[in-house]
Amino acid sequence: MKNSIGREIPEHIENYGTPKLYEGPFENIIEATRKQPVFNCVKPGEEKVLESIREAIEKSGLKDGMTISFHHHLRNGDKVMNLVMEEIVKLGIRNLTVAASSIFPVNQPLVKYMGEGIVTGICANYMSGPVADAVSEGKLKYPAIMHTHGGRARAIESGDLHIDVAFIASPAADSYGNINGVEGPSACGTLGYAVPDAMYADKTVAVTDNIVEYPACPIDISQEYIDYIVKIDSIGDPKGIVSGTTQVTKNPIDLKIAKMTAEIIENSGLLKDGFSFQTGAGGTSLAVAAFVKEKMKEQNIKGSFAAGGITRFLVEMLEEGLFKSLFDVQCFDMYSIESYGKNMRHQAMSASMYGNPHNKGAVVNNLDVMILGATEVDMDFNVNVTTSSNGNIMGGSGGHSDTAAGSKLAIVVTKLIKGRLPIIVDDVTTVTTPGETVDIIVTERGIAINPRRKDLIEKLGDTKLPIYTIEELKEMAESFSGIPESLEFEDEIVGVVEYRDGTVIDVIRKVIN
Amino acid sequence: MKILKPAKAGTLESSDIYITVYPNDGEGINIKLESIVMKQFGSQIKKVITETLGELDVENVDVVAVDKGALDCTIKARVEAAVRRSSL
Repeated sequence: MKNSIGREIPEHIENYGTPKLYEGPFENIIEATRKQPVFNCVKPGEEKVLESIREAIEKSGLKDGMTISFHHHLRNGDKVMNLVMEEIVKLGIRNLTVAASSIFPVNQPLVKYMGEGIVTGICANYMSGPVADAVSEGKLKYPAIMHTHGGRARAIESGDLHIDVAFIASPAADSYGNINGVEGPSACGTLGYAVPDAMYADKTVAVTDNIVEYPACPIDISQEYIDYIVKIDSIGDPKGIVSGTTQVTKNPIDLKIAKMTAEIIENSGLLKDGFSFQTGAGGTSLAVAAFVKEKMKEQNIKGSFAAGGITRFLVEMLEEGLFKSLFDVQCFDMYSIESYGKNMRHQAMSASMYGNPHNKGAVVNNLDVMILGATEVDMDFNVNVTTSSNGNIMGGSGGHSDTAAGSKLAIVVTKLIKGRLPIIVDDVTTVTTPGETVDIIVTERGIAINPRRKDLIEKLGDTKLPIYTIEELKEMAESFSGIPESLEFEDEIVGVVEYRDGTVIDVIRKVIN
Repeated sequence: MKILKPAKAGTLESSDIYITVYPNDGEGINIKLESIVMKQFGSQIKKVITETLGELDVENVDVVAVDKGALDCTIKARVEAAVRRSSL
C-alpha cells in the first residue's frame, strides 16, 4: 500500500499491527479523545517516599510485557534510565517496551538488554548513538516506533501509547511528589516532555537526588500525579545535561545560509510587531536568530514569542525586549535554566501544549517562522532527519514535523553538499516531515521555494535572492558531488515512523551492509 | 613516474582525503580505501585514484586513502601531490 506521499507501507507490520496510512498533514485533525487514566488515590497520612528504585519497581507492580517511560531533559548526562534498567534486570522482568522521549549515547546499556530480550520494544522521538545503531541493525525484537514531540504527547493522551510506569528524573522533589527542574546539582530547567507521562501513566515514580522541603515551588509537575518518590545519589552528570555548542557559527558557508534566511524572513511580510519564531540550537540556526535580531533592532520590531528548546541567545532577546515571552519545552544551557527559574515571562510548556495536533490548539499553530535542518530533501520537499545517508537511524523528528505543520513559514537550512553527499536528492531514505508542510529550502548556492507557496514565489521574486527550482538545486549539487550509488535494503522493518497524528508516514528497513 | 619512497598528501579534515603512497616490488597498483561515503562513492573514488595514477604513468604503488568526503578534483590533486613527493 502507498500512503498519500507515495511511500510503500505494508498492509500489516509484524509486531506493530495494521498501520493507519498517512493521508496529509491536516486530514486527521478533527476530533479526538483522551483516555481516562485509572490510578490509586492517596489518603491523608500516607507516605510516598520509598527507600530505593527497587522498592519503587516492586510497588509499581511492573511485570513482563509492560511499558516504562523516561524523559530526556538530562540528555546525555542522564543516569536515571540506566539505574532503573539495572534494577529491572536484577528483578528478572523481561519483554519491556521503553518509551523514552529521546535516546542518547549514554543509554548504551539498552543494547545489551535488547539482545537479552529484556527490552523488546522502543518508542522515541529521537535516537542517536549505539542504541540507534543497534535498532538499525535489527537487534530489537519489535520495530521501534519513532514519534514526533507533539505526536508522543498525542499517543500518550489518546491511549495509543499506554505507559504502565513512568520514571521521572527530578532535579528537585519534595516528599509529596512536587517536582521542579530548576534546583539542585542536576538542574535542567523546564520538564515539558515529562508532563504527559506524569498525567497519564498508571504509576509515576519521581527519581531525585535532591529532596527539598515541602512544597518544591516553583512546581513543574505536581504532587497530584506522583505515586512514589525515590532518593538516589545522583540523577545526572551536569556536563552531559547542557547541550554542546550553542554558539553562533563562524563558518562562512553557514553564515551565508543564515543571512539569506534572514532576508527571506524579512521579505515574507511576517517580520513585524507580534512576530514569533523558533529555531534549533545548532550554529546555523543561531546565526539566523542573530541576523533576525539585527533586523528587529534596526526596524524597532517587538516580537511576540520565541519557542521550543531555549538557548541563551533567545533569553537575551527576551531580556532586550525583542520578544515579549518565551515558550520553553526544554532548556539547552545554564543561562536558560537560570532565566526560567527567575523570569515570569519565560513560560514552560508541556510537550502537548507545544506540538500535539489532537488538543485544542498547540503553540506550533501560533508560530510565524520555523527554522529547520535536514539530512535529505526530495523533489517534493519531503525532509529526512531520521536516518543518515547510510540508512541508519541517527535522529528523528523531535519537533521537526510539528513545527513545520504549525508554522506559517517553515524554512529548511542546509549546506547543498555535506561530506560529498548531495542533500537534495530524488528520493529521501526516510520521510520524517512531509513536503506539504515545508516552504523553502535554503542552501549556500541557492534557494528553492515550494511551488505550493505561490504567494512566497511572488513576494521573493523581486529580491536579489538566488531562486532556483528544487530540481535545479539537485542538479547543481550532483555536478559537484557526482551521483551517489543507492543503498540496498532488506525487507525487514526495524522502525515505523509515525506522523504527529499517529498515521504511518514511512517505515525504516534494515540496510544491507 | 616511479614511487621511490613513502609520501603523503592531504588531511583528515571534512571534504579532504589523506593519501599515502608506498613503493612496492612490481606488484602493480593496490588501493586500500576507507571512506565516510564508501557505500555511495567507494567505487568512484577508487576509479579516480586509478585514473590519476595512470595519467602520471605510475605502474607499481601501494596507496592508502582515508577519505572524508572529498570531491573528485580534491582526490586527483592529493594523489598527484603524494606521487610527485615520493618521486623526488
